[in-house]
Amino acid sequence: MSVVYIMIPVALLLAGLGVAAFIIAAKKGQFDDLDTPALRAVFDDDETPPESKNERRVAKDDDAD
Amino acid sequence: MTAPDTICDHCGLPVPQGLYEPDAEHQFCCNGCKTVYNILQGSGLENYYKIKSAVDSNAQPAATTGSNYEELDDPAFQSTWVTLSDIDSENNSEIEIAEVELLLEGLHCAACVWLVERLPRVADGVIDARANIRRRTVCVRYRPSDIKLSTVAQSLDKLGYAAHPARGKEAREIRLKEDRKFLIRVAVAGALAGNIMLLSIALYGGEFDGISDAWRTTFRWYSTVLGLIVLIWPGRIFFTGALAALRTRTAHLDIPIALALASAGIWGTLNTINGTGEIYFDSVGVLVFLLLVGRWIQHRQQRAASDSVELMLTLTPSSATLIDDEGNTKRVPIETLEAGMSVQVAAGESFPADGTITAGTTTIDNSLLTGESLPITSTSGDPALAGATNLSSPVTVRVQAVGEHTRVGKLMELVAQASEHKTPIVRMADRIAGYFVIIVIILAIGTFIAWTMIEGVTIGIEHATALLIVTCPCALGLATPMAMSVALGRSARAGMLIKSAAVLEQMARPGTMLLDKTGTLTAGQTTVVDSYGDQDLLTAAAAIEQSSNHPIARAIVAAFDSDALATDVTQTTGQGITGTVNNQFILVGSVDFVLRSTKSEIPPELQPKLVRLLDRALTPILAHNSTTNSFALIGVGDELRTDAAASIKSLHKRGWNLEICSGDHPRIVESIADQINIETHNGGVTPEAKANRIATLKESHVGSTPIVMVGDGVNDAAALASADVGIAVHGGAEASLEAADVYLIEPGVAPIVKLTDLSRSTMSTIRICLVISVCYNTVAASLAMAGLISALIAAIIMPISSLTVVAICTRAGKNVAPTKSPSEPI
Repeated sequence: MSVVYIMIPVALLLAGLGVAAFIIAAKKGQFDDLDTPALRAVFDDDETPPESKNERRVAKDDDAD
Repeated sequence: MTAPDTICDHCGLPVPQGLYEPDAEHQFCCNGCKTVYNILQGSGLENYYKIKSAVDSNAQPAATTGSNYEELDDPAFQSTWVTLSDIDSENNSEIEIAEVELLLEGLHCAACVWLVERLPRVADGVIDARANIRRRTVCVRYRPSDIKLSTVAQSLDKLGYAAHPARGKEAREIRLKEDRKFLIRVAVAGALAGNIMLLSIALYGGEFDGISDAWRTTFRWYSTVLGLIVLIWPGRIFFTGALAALRTRTAHLDIPIALALASAGIWGTLNTINGTGEIYFDSVGVLVFLLLVGRWIQHRQQRAASDSVELMLTLTPSSATLIDDEGNTKRVPIETLEAGMSVQVAAGESFPADGTITAGTTTIDNSLLTGESLPITSTSGDPALAGATNLSSPVTVRVQAVGEHTRVGKLMELVAQASEHKTPIVRMADRIAGYFVIIVIILAIGTFIAWTMIEGVTIGIEHATALLIVTCPCALGLATPMAMSVALGRSARAGMLIKSAAVLEQMARPGTMLLDKTGTLTAGQTTVVDSYGDQDLLTAAAAIEQSSNHPIARAIVAAFDSDALATDVTQTTGQGITGTVNNQFILVGSVDFVLRSTKSEIPPELQPKLVRLLDRALTPILAHNSTTNSFALIGVGDELRTDAAASIKSLHKRGWNLEICSGDHPRIVESIADQINIETHNGGVTPEAKANRIATLKESHVGSTPIVMVGDGVNDAAALASADVGIAVHGGAEASLEAADVYLIEPGVAPIVKLTDLSRSTMSTIRICLVISVCYNTVAASLAMAGLISALIAAIIMPISSLTVVAICTRAGKNVAPTKSPSEPI
């Protein structure tokens, strides 16, 4: 049973990490716009392959998303 | 008239007969759609149509304007709106990158988002474009060395989305930070509450099955530490709120909440240190979390409404056409205008500054500024006011005053003053909280004294603290924001944007409503209301009026469709127009002008009709055919909105006192008031007098019934701001939008009736929640006074009462029918 003495701090630490991650995400603006990303995700794949020189940049940006 | 079965290949709307091209492969409803279609085909973006057909049932023509957006390249504009950064992180090169946020007209569905974010394909030099569907904006990053901002805007325009710079960037960033902080508080409270709950389950298990003292102490200490973090970090806002309320000596719901939280925190910590008694940190954690969630939801709902209003403000023109000394014209941002400059104002544009007309003759619509329904004919030497609309032909204006020195600017100052002096409304929940605190404290003292006499001081304190904790009005604290946000959501779907939830409390009881006339009760446009005489003469009159831009002429053209061609048309400014139609000489104009020109008397059968028109405050227009010597009479005016009479009747039935307060001519106001049975009416009222009228009414009705102002113009803005509730109707001026608490998305006054219904229903929902929350609290308080409460019972009662309340709150405003889909653009 004494393992609980270690497990509680470990569990709280994990929870703390989760909260910290959330705070960082929120501060970076991840939750500012909750509507558009849902629409964006659906159509990202069905693009025709890029052709002009400008296209390469588009493709790259999309990868970065 | 549309070609049967032909729909636009871009937007899916019917193609008008005149634009139908039998030989063409594709058909379009307008030039904008055609441009966009060709651009998309040429840039490999045809997928747009696939996506659109899958997600969007809402047909809309492309909002292409063809403007060249050169004002966006002005250095003054760039320094305010464009953010520059030096390092391109993706290529690690030192290329300058600019970032700008633009509002897009017509951005409304997933296909739009897809298309707008493909901007880099059509505009070389754009790095990326991120759309925001809720706010209808796009954030564009581009290399200023490769592309000009005006070209970026032109590209968006060519895709079918007219672009406007989004104003107020700093204020928005501050609010964004606020929103993020709020969300973080909710998350932290949630995480801590969950963990305390887990620890508490162990403790409750121990209560039933037995637990060793060592474990019990461990779990209690962990709970205490986490519980104190909840109180100090996310829970702090309740303490600061309570302190602020105490300092201003006003009742606020935060006071009983803070009282409960503080007692729980102090007593729980002492009990943990001493190893005796109950701790309530699990309840405290869940309580703080639930209350914050409720407030966050309401906050978001309100933010959505104020964002929409703010975006509409951005739609007003922010540029002017400057004429330099050599006579060249250039689009510049409004901010760069100075007194002494000359600007050109095209027909349909609004004047960017106060000034004097130096060239050209036109008609000016002052209705938003003064409430006058009839346009004024102005020529060289006449004044033009910022915010007024130039109706018929382009004029040159020498600027005399800009910004806050203009008439509009001075009115806005009045608005700011009114908003400052507006006394905050004491919300129902806060009022109740005042009594609540007193009752709870009395009960706690009673419990303390009784139990001290029976079992001693320690038990007395224990039971009294338990009472303070379990009577925390969390259901009440949750009920108001939840019911309000449900109602705000419903109101948005029913055609109203509500900036402050307090409006719903105010509008629940009938009071006094002041209505503006021009643009509010009436459409604010000149139309033909009535006509008498030969139909052929009327259409001939329309044929002649086609060559005039005067608002009355346009009303006549719209009313009597004519295919005939007029020749030899001569206009006499401000009086009338003559011409030949089908070889017959026709005169149209004011009664005086026509009678004088024809040297004749008005025919006796038309005389009584003329008197009737004048009685109804309509402008009479006489038409005369010289060949047949026949007359026709047309009554022109600003007609009542179709829904006005019915809405006014409904409002009367609901017990509202109605009053018309207009800047228009008293006679016109009287005629309108008679038509819809409003007894109290005032005409020729200045903007200042309107605000004063509101102030007088407020003084005589202190704290009893609400004083509501309904209006659309700049002249109503100060009154809108000082009223208990200001309602701006659809199509209103920028100033009225800013000053009002409610903005109607649909034209007409019918939504006001809905607003009163919605408010009543919301308040009755809140009252039901209140009764339930009081019941729960009575049970909890009785148990605490009897000394029977435990941390476990508290942990069960509190969430259950909150959940009941949340379930009931979804009813708020249920009787109000939605009128449009929320995705539709405003």
